[in-house]
Amino acid sequence: MHLSETVNTGFFFLAPWIIFAPVVGLLVNIIFGGWFLKRSWGEAAVGTVASLASGIAFAVSALLAWSLSAAHGEVVVVPFAEWIHIGSLQLDWTFRVDTLSVTMMLAVSGVGTLIHIYAIGYMHEDVRFKKDEKRYQRFFVFMNLFITMMMLLVSSDSYLMLFVGWEGVGLCSFLLIGFWYDMDTLGRPSWANSNAANKAFIANRIGDFGFLIAGFIMFWAFGSFQFDEVFTQVGAIAPGIITAITLFMLVGVTGKSAQIPLYVWLPDAMAGPTPVSALIHAATMVTAGVYLVTRSAPLYSTVPAAQYVVALTGALTALFAATIAVGQYDIKKVLAYSTISQLGFMVAAVGMGAYVAGMFHLVTHAFFKALLFLSAGSVILGLERGHHHLSHHEGHQGHEGSHHEEVRRTEPVEVFDPGDMRNMGGLRKTMPVTFWLYVFGTLALAGIFPFAGFWSKDEILLDASLHYPDIYWILTLAAFLTAFYMGRQIWMVFFGEPRHEAAAHAEESKPIITIPLMVLAALALLGGGLNLPGAHTLGHWLEHTLGEIEVPEFSLMVAGVSTALALAAIGISWLVYGRNPLKAEQKDPLKKPLGFLFTGMENKWWVDEGYKWLILDNYVRLSKFLAEVIDWRFWHDWFHEKIIAGTYNWLSNIALNKYADQQGIDAFANGLGEWTKEVSASLRRVQNGFVRSYALSVLLGVVLILGYLLLK
Amino acid sequence: MVPEIYYITLSAILFTMGALGVLARRNALIIFMSVELMLNAANLAFVSFANTFQQLDGQIIVFFVIAVAAAEVAVGLALIVAIFRSKHSIDVDQMSNLKG
Amino acid sequence: MTVDLILFLILALVSVATAAGMLLSRNAVYSALFLVLNFASIAVFYLLLGAPFIAMAQITVYAGAIMVLFLFVIMLLGAEQLARIKVLPWQRPLAIGLAAALVAETAYLLIVRAAPSAGIVPPAETVNTLGELQNLGMALFNQYLLPFEVTSVLLLVAMIGAIVLTKREKGERE
Repeated sequence: MHLSETVNTGFFFLAPWIIFAPVVGLLVNIIFGGWFLKRSWGEAAVGTVASLASGIAFAVSALLAWSLSAAHGEVVVVPFAEWIHIGSLQLDWTFRVDTLSVTMMLAVSGVGTLIHIYAIGYMHEDVRFKKDEKRYQRFFVFMNLFITMMMLLVSSDSYLMLFVGWEGVGLCSFLLIGFWYDMDTLGRPSWANSNAANKAFIANRIGDFGFLIAGFIMFWAFGSFQFDEVFTQVGAIAPGIITAITLFMLVGVTGKSAQIPLYVWLPDAMAGPTPVSALIHAATMVTAGVYLVTRSAPLYSTVPAAQYVVALTGALTALFAATIAVGQYDIKKVLAYSTISQLGFMVAAVGMGAYVAGMFHLVTHAFFKALLFLSAGSVILGLERGHHHLSHHEGHQGHEGSHHEEVRRTEPVEVFDPGDMRNMGGLRKTMPVTFWLYVFGTLALAGIFPFAGFWSKDEILLDASLHYPDIYWILTLAAFLTAFYMGRQIWMVFFGEPRHEAAAHAEESKPIITIPLMVLAALALLGGGLNLPGAHTLGHWLEHTLGEIEVPEFSLMVAGVSTALALAAIGISWLVYGRNPLKAEQKDPLKKPLGFLFTGMENKWWVDEGYKWLILDNYVRLSKFLAEVIDWRFWHDWFHEKIIAGTYNWLSNIALNKYADQQGIDAFANGLGEWTKEVSASLRRVQNGFVRSYALSVLLGVVLILGYLLLK
Repeated sequence: MVPEIYYITLSAILFTMGALGVLARRNALIIFMSVELMLNAANLAFVSFANTFQQLDGQIIVFFVIAVAAAEVAVGLALIVAIFRSKHSIDVDQMSNLKG
Repeated sequence: MTVDLILFLILALVSVATAAGMLLSRNAVYSALFLVLNFASIAVFYLLLGAPFIAMAQITVYAGAIMVLFLFVIMLLGAEQLARIKVLPWQRPLAIGLAAALVAETAYLLIVRAAPSAGIVPPAETVNTLGELQNLGMALFNQYLLPFEVTSVLLLVAMIGAIVLTKREKGERE
């Protein structure tokens, strides 16, 4: 390690620890976790180690941020190790500490730490509900691995190292979506979760393919992966090439950040435990695409056409996902589509060149979406507790048993989905803390003053209104829908009467779960302070990395319109869902007036089915064609069997076998053998066992030798 | 003085008769005696040559041959006794177990 | 015809006759006795050829010891005569044929190719010294000392071998 050469002030030498703290944490949990879990304090120990690892990463990030501000935001590069040295390619493992990466580090490790703490309590109940307590250890190992990989992603100094982290978080996402790989959310044997994990992995693979192509073109054009080297050459490269790079990179972004057309994996990713949904699939990993675009700002800024494509993709995604969210019943699915929608906002923002607004929304979204997800997890836990309480009273003793297999078989026939909002209602009374936390998150997401979402969303809308009116209107509509579906969720979940026994008996969660939520709620309330209009703290902070940034004037009109629309949406949702609370078994009241539209929203606009019809079925058909016709009938039946095998058989049967082998070699070899046998059979009689015969042959020898000597 | 060639001729005749005995008789003892006869025929030739060339070596060889013959007879007769004990016969034609 | 020659012819006749007798006797005892006669006649030849020591050895060792041993074994085994069985019918004619061939070859060698010693001139008349026992002893114990000693070992081994072969194994029944 040669840290001290370039780093002489501040805490920059600590930079590697943002990665190695979680690595140490996960190693400790791998090695000692099983030993811990045999003890009564085991889960606390495992969780504490993991949280501490993440917390240390956060502390280091904070120190880096402090050092950076002391150094006036100058980029600091901390070389760590040699990585790839091939020919002209000199790539080292280097930590890049600048204002952008530090912002991401703080968001990732900060939210990550809170979620780790929350998960201590959540997983305690989850592993018991799913009846496999050993997976507790594995969960925290994966979580720490995720923090490691995410840190690697944001701290990298080159596209290639960023890609390593990019793939690493994809792997963690896969592992954690499929965390309960052999059962569904209710603990019944099923491969649904592992299918969801595969779906996420494959969809991401398509995106990564685009990213790789972008990387190849980049290396071909720039001869380097290193950020600064690439960015300084931008002017010398043809815009066409940069357009290609940026658009292929966009494919990667749509995969990782769940944009049209590759967003389909994210709703299914809710199969993972709720802390995973909150951390990976809402707050951090999915923002990697936004980060990538922001990081590549010098590239995007030179090609406005590509920028517009990015912005449009984001805006359309924002609207499209918002419509689907309106029609969902699963509490986490609503949030998942909401996440896609909000990611669309961010992508649209960075696409428009409003990098600060995008990053700002990224950070605030991390706060309130993590809050919402975790609160939803708390709601689900509460319902599970209520259900457990209920079945316990009804005499389902099986739930208490420790015989896992038996329990699974005797699962009640009645299927209770604790995540279905149609089973909820009236939770305001039974889970008051969670209720208020959820309300905070909702207001922040809906963009109500003075919550964080108001400021960040408003800034995106402001930028859009100045440069891209079409995108502005799409996003405004999406914001309206956002407020509507969040209002719908609040009314359905927390108001009205319980629509299921379990909801009536739901219990509030423990402080280990609610306290991190309170922290997040405070952040959701105050997060806007990061970049208040006028002060633009975050903007000036990021300017050190992104260069001079245009700061639009705060527009009361834009803010007013969006707030009014949000309030109106909440009002409408109250009219639809709040005034006349949903009854058990009742259809959604929107179904009648919206008709076909609502059916579409409910069924996610049949995108999955469409993909299946358009891509999967054709792919299967193509594969069948290739397998049956091309491979089997053509290559195997005709080419292989007829041509090659036939020729060979003919050659070997007729030419070689019959003539050369049977009549030539065999005849000779067999003849030799036969001849030897015959000769031996006749010679055998000589060996007759009579001594006198042998003596006779001796005499014969004497006579012959003597005769030879005489006649010589 | 009898010409040497007479002795050699006699030796050859005796040797051939001994060989004939070995080949024609089945009695192991008589085969043995025929072998002795052949040895003697050879001895006769040796002594005859010793006389012709006035060299003692011929006689020395005969001396050794007699000694070896004595040893041979001792062992051979012991063998015949051993064989007789197991087969109750000294017919060499009945000892044909090594037939191929 | 010198006396020597006459004596030789008579003795040759005797030796051939006794050899034939040995061959043709059905009784093994007769064969042995014929052989003793044959050995005696050969001993006389040795005397004629100026080898008195060999002649004595012939009489004592062969005609005496060895032939007594033969007779002893014949009597011991009671195997004077064998049953008349013909196992190898062509053995005898073949043997006779080969013997005839051998005789023919020898005759050719001796008569047609002339006497092998014809070209060799015997040294001066030193016949007297050759028969002296002293000379024989000198040669035996100087020039042929090692073979002599080896012969003694050979006889010892033969003695042991004979004992081992004829000795009954422990527990072996007759």
